[in-house]
Amino acid sequence: MLNKKIGKQTIKFLEAPKIISANAIVGPKEGEGPLAQHFDTILDDDLFGLKSWEKAESKMIEETVKAAASKIKLSIKDIDYFFAGDLLNQLMSSTFAARDLQIPYIGLFGACSTLTESLSLSAMMIDGGYGDYAVAATSSHFSTAERQFRFPLELGNQRPLTSQWTVTGAGAAILSNKGKGPSIAYATIGKVIDFGIFDANNMGAAMAPAAVDTIKTHFSDTGLSPSDYDLIITGDLGVIGMDIAKDLLMKEGINVSHNFSDCGVKIFDHEKQDTHAGGSGCGCSAVVFCGYLYTELIEKKIKNLLLVSTGALLSPTSIQQGESIPSIAHAVAIRSS
Amino acid sequence: MGYINAFVVGGLICLAGQLLMDVAKLPSARVLIIFVTAGVILTAIGVYEPLVKIGGAGATIPLPGFGYSLAKGAFKGVEENGLIGAFFGGVEATSGGITAAIVFGYLMAIIFNPKTKP
Amino acid sequence: MKKNQPSQSDYEKFIEDKIPKPNYLKNCTWAFIVGGLICTIGQFIHNRIEAALNLSHLDATNATILIMIFIGASLTGIGVYDLIGKRAGAGSIVPITGFANSIVAPAMEFKREGYVFGIAARMFVLAGPVLVYGITSSVVVGILYYFLKIR
Repeated sequence: MLNKKIGKQTIKFLEAPKIISANAIVGPKEGEGPLAQHFDTILDDDLFGLKSWEKAESKMIEETVKAAASKIKLSIKDIDYFFAGDLLNQLMSSTFAARDLQIPYIGLFGACSTLTESLSLSAMMIDGGYGDYAVAATSSHFSTAERQFRFPLELGNQRPLTSQWTVTGAGAAILSNKGKGPSIAYATIGKVIDFGIFDANNMGAAMAPAAVDTIKTHFSDTGLSPSDYDLIITGDLGVIGMDIAKDLLMKEGINVSHNFSDCGVKIFDHEKQDTHAGGSGCGCSAVVFCGYLYTELIEKKIKNLLLVSTGALLSPTSIQQGESIPSIAHAVAIRSS
Repeated sequence: MGYINAFVVGGLICLAGQLLMDVAKLPSARVLIIFVTAGVILTAIGVYEPLVKIGGAGATIPLPGFGYSLAKGAFKGVEENGLIGAFFGGVEATSGGITAAIVFGYLMAIIFNPKTKP
Repeated sequence: MKKNQPSQSDYEKFIEDKIPKPNYLKNCTWAFIVGGLICTIGQFIHNRIEAALNLSHLDATNATILIMIFIGASLTGIGVYDLIGKRAGAGSIVPITGFANSIVAPAMEFKREGYVFGIAARMFVLAGPVLVYGITSSVVVGILYYFLKIR
C-alpha cells in the first residue's frame, strides 16, 4: 500500500476525502477584525456565560462541532472520530468537550499546528476506510493561554513588539467521502525544526523555518510548484515570521512572492487592534480556515489551497529551563470540488 | 519644590527601569529584583540616603526605596540587638508594607474578578 | 537535543533586522512621566498626613507606602492598572503600586483555582522573588555592618 505515500513526508489521498462542513466561533476581539463577516458565530462575552475561561473554551469547541454537524443535518452520533486539540495542559478544552459530545476521541497536541494535524489524520481515517465521518476541531482562548504561558491578565506589563495575540476561537471541519465539499489531496507531515530561538515572545521567528521546511518538502515530494496554488497560507507566523519565511523560501528558490499569506496576519488589524505581530494559537488557523478560507473554496474564489499550520512546541517549563523553541508545521493541500 | 524633586527623582528611577527592560531586554521580574537589591546595597554604602533626602517620596515609593527601608531596618536592628538584629530589623521596618500588600491583595482578589485585556 | 540546522547563529543574524525595535524615546518618556507622577502623588499624601495626623517623618513615610499599596491594589482590582502599565511600562512597575499590582493580579486570576491553592498560593508568584532577594540581601548587609562597624 505504499502508493499512498509519495516522497519523504507526503501522503497522497487516492479518494481525496471531502470537507463537507465547517464552522467557526470567535471571541469579541476577533469579531472586530477584518474577517468578522466570515465567522459563523461571534461571542460578545469571552466567558460564554460560564464561570471560567477554560469552560468557555471547551464550550466553544463543543458548540462549533455541533454547529458544523447541524449545517449538513448530520447527527453527532453518526460521527466516527473526533480529532481535537488545544493549548492547555492535558488538552483540557478538547477533553471536556469530548466528554460531552461522546464521539470517539483522539486528543492531539501540536500547539498551533493542531488544525492541519487533525485534518491530516481525519483524512487518513476516512481515506483508509475506517469510518464515514471524522471531525477535526481545535481551539484557543486568549485568557486561558495568557495565564498558562505568560502573565496574569491584570498585571501591568508591556507586551513586546514581537509578541502575538492568542486568538479566542474554535473551528471544526467534518470530513467524509460522502457528500460534497472541497477535497484534501495531499498532507505533508512536518518534522520538528529548531533554529535555536529562545525568545518565547518571538514565536514567529522560531516557527518560520519549520514552515519553510514543510513547504519545501511538500513541493519536492509532490513535484508541484508554488504556481499550482492560488494561496499558500501559514498558520500563525505573524508579521515578522511571515516576512522571515518568505525570504527563506526565496533563498531556497521557491518563489511565493504573490500567493503567500498568514492566518495570524489576516485575522487582526494590527494597527487598530494593538495586536503587535499578529494572531496566534490553535484557534487562529482554525477560525481563518473554517470561517474564511472554507467559504472561499466553496465559492471557488480559491481553487487550490495549501494550508500550513505552524506550531511552537514550547512549554513554560522548557522556557524556564533555558531550552530553545522546537517548532513544527504540517501542510494540507485542499482543492475546491 | 518637594513635589518637583519627587517627580524628577521618581521619574528617573523608573526611566532607568525602562532602559533595563528595553535596551538590556531584561524581563520585568528581573528588573524588580535588581532594583530592590540595588536599593539595599546603595543604602549600605551610603548612596541612597542622600537621594531620599533630596527626592522624598520620589526615592521611597519606587522599589529601591523598599530596599532602602530593609537595609536601614537591618542596620537599626544590628545597632539595637547585635548580630541577631540583622534578622529582625529588615522585615520589622517594612512589616507594614508587606502586611498591607498581603491583606489588601487578598481583599481585592476576593472582591474583584479579572477581565480580558481589550 | 541537537539542533537540526548547523546555521543557527547565521539565522539569528538573518532575523535581527526583521525584529522591530521598541520606541525607546516614547517608552522612556512615558516611564519618566508616569513614574514621576506616582511619586508626586506619594509626596502629596506624605505631606498631608504628616501635617494632619502629626506623625513623625518616618511614620508618615510608612503610612504613605500603605496608602500607595492600597491605591495600587484597588486600581488592579477595578482593572485599570494593566491599562496604565501597557503605556507606562517601568513607570508603573517600579513604584510600590506596581508591587501591589504584581500581588493582586495573580491572586485575582487564580481565584477560580480556590482560596488556598489559587489566591493564597499564587499571590507571591511574582512578588515572592522581590521579597526573597530584598530580605536576604538586607540580612547580608546587616551582618556585614555588624562585623565592620559595630565590633
